[in-house]
Parts: sequence; C-alpha cells; structure tokens
Amino acid sequence: MGAFFGDLTLGKTLYDKLWDAHVVRELPDGTCLLYIDRQLIHEVTSPQAFAGLRAAKRPLWRQDANLAVADHNVPTKDRAQGIADPTSRLQVETLDDNCRDFGVRLFSMADKRQGIVHVVGPEQGATLPGMTIVCGDSHTSTHGAFGALAHGIGTSEVEQVLATQCLLQKKARTMRVRLEGTPAAGVGAKDLALAVIGHIGTAGGTGHTIEFAGSAVAALSMEGRMTLCNMAIEAGARAGLVAVDDTTIAYLAGRPFAPRGALWDQAVSAWRDLRSDADARFDKEVAIDVTTLAPQVTYGTSPEMVAAVTARVPDPGTLADAVAAESLRAALRYMDLAPGTAMTDIPVDVIFIGSCTNARIEDLRAAARIVQGRRVAANVRRALVVPGSGLVKEAAEAEGLDRVFTEAGFEWRDAGCSMCLAMNADRLEPGERCASTSNRNFEGRQGAGGRTHLVSPAMAAAAAVAGHFVDVRTWM
Amino acid sequence: MERFERVEGLVAPLDRVNVDTDAIIPKQFLKAVGRSGFGENLFYHWRYREGAAGHVVPNPDFVLNEARYQGASILLARANFGCGSSREHAPWALSQYGFRVIIAPSFADIFYHNSLKNGLLPVVLPEADVDALFRAVEATAGYTLTVDLPAQCVREGEREVGRFAIDPFRKDCLLNGLDDIGWTLQHAAEIRDYETRRRAEAPWLFGREDGVPHE
Ligand code: SF4
Repeated sequence: MGAFFGDLTLGKTLYDKLWDAHVVRELPDGTCLLYIDRQLIHEVTSPQAFAGLRAAKRPLWRQDANLAVADHNVPTKDRAQGIADPTSRLQVETLDDNCRDFGVRLFSMADKRQGIVHVVGPEQGATLPGMTIVCGDSHTSTHGAFGALAHGIGTSEVEQVLATQCLLQKKARTMRVRLEGTPAAGVGAKDLALAVIGHIGTAGGTGHTIEFAGSAVAALSMEGRMTLCNMAIEAGARAGLVAVDDTTIAYLAGRPFAPRGALWDQAVSAWRDLRSDADARFDKEVAIDVTTLAPQVTYGTSPEMVAAVTARVPDPGTLADAVAAESLRAALRYMDLAPGTAMTDIPVDVIFIGSCTNARIEDLRAAARIVQGRRVAANVRRALVVPGSGLVKEAAEAEGLDRVFTEAGFEWRDAGCSMCLAMNADRLEPGERCASTSNRNFEGRQGAGGRTHLVSPAMAAAAAVAGHFVDVRTWM
Repeated sequence: MERFERVEGLVAPLDRVNVDTDAIIPKQFLKAVGRSGFGENLFYHWRYREGAAGHVVPNPDFVLNEARYQGASILLARANFGCGSSREHAPWALSQYGFRVIIAPSFADIFYHNSLKNGLLPVVLPEADVDALFRAVEATAGYTLTVDLPAQCVREGEREVGRFAIDPFRKDCLLNGLDDIGWTLQHAAEIRDYETRRRAEAPWLFGREDGVPHE
C-alpha cells in the first residue's frame, strides 16, 4: 500500500507526528484518548484534583510521570521565615502532603531546584522531545520549544491524568508562523513573541497548534524558543512547537532526568525525526520578516495591544470596529494613557524582571548587560529581579550578575512566580505602572489597579535606568 | 456531573470582548483548596467596589448587579471569552453563580473544554446572531431563551434564533452526566497495552517503578 499510495500521501507536520504517537484509542467523532508522558504539578490547580482521587479511592496511575514544585505562592525573600499568608501557606502545605501521600516527586520550597514549573521542567531534563506534557497552567505551552506536545489543562484534567495517564482530546488545526531574517541587536525572542501576537491577535491561534519556524527561530537559543512558545497561549493557541535540532539536543545533554549512555543515543536518533516533513501542509501559514522589527511594548490590557517602542499609543477614534474601539478606550482608561503619547514618554514606577517567560539565565544576562555600570532612575520605586529557579539564581551569582543588579539598585530575590501574577507578597499598588518581562497585562494581573507594560528583559532593564521606555537598540 | 438537557432561563449580557479568566475569578480566590465558594467572587473586581469603612459593596454600575438580571442562568458574551489562564475556577465560579450556559461568538480553547467538563455549556453562535441577541436582551426586560442540547439550538419562545455545533462525545457526556475518568478507566487494559508498546519503542520515557528516573 505504501508504494502505491505514497505519492498521494502528504507529509506530516511535527504536530501530526506527536499526536499520532500518543493515540491510545480514537472515537468515531475524532475524540482521542491521548497518552500523557509527563505531568508537571504546582500548588494552585492541583489540590482539588488530589482531593478527587482520594474521594474516589483511586490510586495514581504512574508515579514516575509526575513532577511537582510550588511556585505561584512562594515568597521570594526571607524564605526561611516560611509563608506569612495563611491561605498561601495552606496551599503549599497541601501540595507537600499530597505529594507525600501519593508518592509524587516534589522539589520543596527549601530545595535549590525549586522554581517556576516551566523553568524547572526543561532545566531538569524532565521535558524531553517527543513527549506529551501537561500541567494545570496555561503557560505549559513553553515546553513545546523542545519538540514536545505541551499544553495547559484544567483541574478536572489534572485529576484525570493522575488517575489514568490519559486525556480525552480532539486534534487541533495546524498553523505555521515563519519568522525570517536576523533581528537587530537588542531585539529578542520576547519581541518576536509580542510581534506575532500583535500580528495575528490574541485569538489568532485559537483552535490551532502553532509551529514556529524560519531562520530567526532556528537561530534562537533554547531559552529564546521557550520564551516564544510560552507566549503561544497569548496568541490563543494551546500549544506552540519548535522542531528539534542540534540546539535542542545540546541543551538536554547531561540534564538529570535526561536519558544517558546507550539510551541517550537511541533517544537522540528518534528525536532527529521530530520536525515537519518538507511537504507537510498547515491549515494556516503566517510569515513575518523580523529584520527591521523594533523592540515591542504593550500599551493596553491585552497582549495584542502592542506596538513598536518607536510608535505612539493608538487612537480609538481611528478604529472602524465599534467593539474594538470601545475595548481600546476602556484599556487606555485603565492604563491612564492618552492616545498619541510616544511610548518613550511613558514613565515607569516598577520594574519586574522574572516569570516563566523571561527568568532564565540568558534573560538575566541580557538585562545585566544593559544595567552594568548604570543606576536605576530616581523615579523608579522598586526594581525586582526574580530568577526562574534556584539553579538559575545560583548560575547568575556564579557569573556575578546579582552584584550587577544590586549595585544598580535592583532587589535580587529567590525563585518563584512573584509579581507575574501577584499571588505572593510581590505586587503592584493601585495606579503603579510596571515594565514587566512577564506575559499578561490583564487588568489587575500584577496587583489590583496595577498597570502592566510587557517588554523584553533588555527593554525592562533600559526602562529601569532611564525611568521611562527607551529604544534599547540605541544602547547596544 | 449534573446532566444537561435543556435550559430555559433569563439572559444577562456582558458586552466586552476578551473577558479573561483573571476577570472571571481573580487570583486571590485561587488559594482555596476546595471546590466551592467561588460563585460569590465571580467578576469580583467589576462586581464589587469599596464602600464605607473598607467594606466591599456591590458596584451598581456592573451589569450583573442590575435588578432585571437577577437569577440569570444564561450569559451572553463577546468574542474570545475565557482567555488567559487554565484555571478551572473560572467555570466553577460561573456555575456556582448560577449560569448553565454561555453564549458567545468564540471561546478560548482551555476555558471551552473546562466548561464542558463541569456541565457548563459554551454555545458558539455566529457574530451576527450574538449581536441580534444583545439587542434583544437590552430591549426586553425579563428576556429568556431556551438552550436545547439534544436539538443543538437556541430558541426565543418557539422561534429558533441560532444553531450550534458540539462534539458528539461531549454531547453524550453532558446528556448523561458522565465524567471523563470513569469513561477512561473502562479502557485501562488498552492504556496498559499502549504503555508496553511505547516502552519498547521509547524506553527513555519511562522511569523506574519507584519514581526515580532511569540512569
Ligand atoms: S510565572 Fe506567571 S505565567 Fe508563569 S507559571 Fe508563574 S504565574 Fe503563570
């Protein structure tokens, strides 16, 4: 059959390959029972799932498939004193208890491997190419950078994976976003991600899995690819993907959870096939030339409200669509911005360098290069650097980055989600304006009444020094 | 899960695009370790404001606080409803408040699926139909609709005002109140077979039984 029908069969996309390898059973309507290789667990979306298992007296299906870490609620300073907020403390303790009772591997708050779940997984090699990976967190899309099918799930699904190692899913459509060209110095993966969202919109990828391809993606480090895939969810796609190449394999070699010896060689040869075939067709294709791309800054309350740092805040009056105009008007009211304001005239009160989008070693290096020998501006009230994991923190300290930051007037914190969503003590006060390397600028995301501008680590660092946004390309 | 067949109920309009899960249920309410008590905090920052002596009081300007929408079980919404995080607390909060159906031109994927798993029916109707419904709700006090899952349609009285699609499997689960875990465990042997096959093909995906990764 293969020889006869060969010419008629189209090649497979990377997504097709990953999907096909994990189908346990397919129902007549196309719903599939999909096998999950890895579940990452954190304290916020898992307590009700473990409670459900207990109530139904169900055991864990497969212990070694799970890895847990507390990240959303953990304090980023004075950690030895424990968690002050009793509800946060209860949630973290509940995770500890659940992991102990069910035999799930846990990096506790005191462990130096603790950190943001999406930083920890790849860093440990617990994220491997070809895997299906889930976590009760939408930014699970991050792990797609490794050629793994990774997406966020709800708590009922967390419980289902604990109990059955499977999910009931329907296949998504496929979309390829090609980023071509070499971006200018000072323009990084975060700018590419924001530019993609600006281009296709926050619902542009809904119902699709986005594969990021093109020369600009091939040139990115794994850290950069993770930043890009992390924000696929902000473009509406549950999962982002990047094909496996030498960069992927070099990153994984020697990681604690990665295979070793003969098994490593066997794995690498299988991973080499994890890319879309040349003749594969996608349901949607988008191409963006990034050669002339400027650093990006969001001005509204949705990541698609984004513009070049050289641009001005848009005028709702010029929008034809009434619903869009009204939502922009509401956003500018919330952000306290007048149409026509130059991005570079927007002053900032707070700087947050952190989150699963931009708290890896390369992000901290990019920020430190800008900060080196400079000082945080007088109008900036607080400037935080929150490494993505204890190991990122350790590596940064070994390079002396902590001193670069503290000498400039930044606070150097312990790992966690921190001000990305302000579930711990780190948050914006009402009305404060923040240059943030995180991924969501929703109303109140970083604290009730707080105003978030999403930017890259280099742009956040430059804003810290200047006291307002600047085109970091002019500082390179 | 509660069975879902037909809902006839009062409709409340929420005329905003991109309503995100942080707006539906803000993060300070995610610290709970139980599954209940989210309804009173639905749309917290829109629904309440600070009153005298730091007490929170209902915000009279928020649409769900208007007298005419009390007891609504159908929420009429705009595009990309439920975008943002994967928190299932969002559908929990909507259901516990009393909604059984949300009608919108589009939903964020994770929210859509989380809702179905909690007996909350997300109904996708074309933009023009949703526009017409917004006009009707605003024009008519006590406006009600019937959402008929077996027939996959929305009716105003006897008049059909929209038809919607839903996966047959999901429809079946809703109609019968079936949960995914029970269904999946009926196929436990197939899952074990898959694991045996997969372990032979890709042994690095499996650690040792005691949870320690292979060396
Ligand atoms: S860093 Fe922010 S986006 Fe990432 S997992 Fe934590 S809270 Fe979510």
